[in-house]
Amino acid sequence: MSPANDHYAYYPGCSIRSTSKAYEQSTMKVVESLGMTFQEVEDWNCCGATEYFSINSLPAYSLVARNLSLAAEQGASDLVAPCSACFLNLHKTDKYMGKYKDLNEDVNQALAAGNLGYEPGSLQIRHLLDVIVEDIGFDTIAEKTEKPLWGLRVAPYYGCLIVRPDSKYNPEYPTHLDELLRVLGATVVDFPLKTHCCGGHMTQISDETAYELIRRLLHNADEYQADAIATICPMCQMNLDVFQPQVNRMFKTDFDIPILYFTQLMGLAFGISEKELGFGSEVVSANAALKKIADEAPEKAKKARRDKKALPMPESLP
Amino acid sequence: MQDNSRGSSFYKRVIEATPGGEALSLCLQCGTCGGSCPSGPDMDATPRRLFAMIAANMEDEVLGCNTPWYCVSCYYCTVRCPQEIPVTDLMYTLKRMAIARGRYHKDAHVTFSSNFVDLVEKNGRSFELGVMTRTMLASHPIASALKASGYGLSMMQKGRVSLTPEHIENMPQLTAILDEAKHIASQKE
Ligand code: SF4
Ligand code: SF4
Repeated sequence: MSPANDHYAYYPGCSIRSTSKAYEQSTMKVVESLGMTFQEVEDWNCCGATEYFSINSLPAYSLVARNLSLAAEQGASDLVAPCSACFLNLHKTDKYMGKYKDLNEDVNQALAAGNLGYEPGSLQIRHLLDVIVEDIGFDTIAEKTEKPLWGLRVAPYYGCLIVRPDSKYNPEYPTHLDELLRVLGATVVDFPLKTHCCGGHMTQISDETAYELIRRLLHNADEYQADAIATICPMCQMNLDVFQPQVNRMFKTDFDIPILYFTQLMGLAFGISEKELGFGSEVVSANAALKKIADEAPEKAKKARRDKKALPMPESLP
Repeated sequence: MQDNSRGSSFYKRVIEATPGGEALSLCLQCGTCGGSCPSGPDMDATPRRLFAMIAANMEDEVLGCNTPWYCVSCYYCTVRCPQEIPVTDLMYTLKRMAIARGRYHKDAHVTFSSNFVDLVEKNGRSFELGVMTRTMLASHPIASALKASGYGLSMMQKGRVSLTPEHIENMPQLTAILDEAKHIASQKE
């Protein structure tokens, strides 16, 4: 499956342009080295996050639908979003417009006021991770991997919105990010809380509730001695990274786990420099973790299973 | 307690205001939603309990609960509910109803939400999503807000805070769309 070069419309979203530039930087590097072309949706607007939907529902759907309409106008077949929250809103709006006739009519009537319109289902709405895993595939990624992340223990963090409420991946225990990281040479640790919530905008309501959600995730990654957590969403990155010192203060913990975008890890493995991948903008520094990347594959990965018929133990998954 | 001023019960209005809301009538009161909810322990009433209260038309009590505001929109309840009730969407409906009626819980982040919406309606883009917003939008002087919050400062140092919002080019188009959407919505009320 080789990607046709011009069928991806790209929806960056607001966070990636402000708080999470490293994500876009590394995304663009990786996308380029994989030979894909992302065409930015011209004059895209905010997806409304969760806030807009809390205030007024039809304007919120219409806000999102303007982006769908613009992307479809560009002739794209797929719309790619690197942010899980943007992905959810785009995907959900497309789906609900297809499912609920009244909503579709109302949204299209609103769009018409701006000389736009959108036929639900005309775009495949996809998260960046899905595009990389499905359209590029692990074989190509393995070929591209020049500097495997040997020895780096990574917890694969999916968060909520790319697997719930509606996706082709398992809503509670997806494995495609695990697989991707493994192909990059990393040691993927078990991470039972991999699809638990980062707290979203809870930091705006209650510190206690928000920090407890973040604490659980950090604790779980720490239990499995992860050197880093790989993330696929600007909001997850921000909550786990920027608030980690606050969490440490509140719970008297000493977590020191860098939260890295999966595209940063891909870029590293592809031999792209740390600087070009936006390393250094994380609040919890990745330096110590990156030093763990070894020149040789760790012993364990080389060992074959003694008895080929035996079921693999979780720890020994290849 | 019971508010039939619009000619239909609270229960019916909640259902009507939610795409797929009819499924609410199928609630088994099994508690899977509350048991799956990361914020469950901090909620006045779990989603299950809230749905029983809705069925009983306890409008004031329901809208006064902190439950919708503590919902982090993780969709665990929605994928686990055996009756396929759109629990998360119902939480959004309750937020909107509470705001519309001015009866929301004190922890509600209505100022944050409405400031966010104002920014988007003005610029077409949001900025500083999540962090900084509360302090900045509360119109504290930016400098003191930054000093007051350790995380704000560390974000500044890492070049992750921009102080001017981006904006889209075709604002008139977006405004026309949103105005029309509001107009349609108001006619349906
Ligand atoms: S999980 Fe579904 S059926 Fe069970 S109590 Fe919650 S809403 Fe009702
Ligand atoms: S979506 Fe909201 S109500 Fe449902 S489990 Fe998540 S936080 Fe709880």
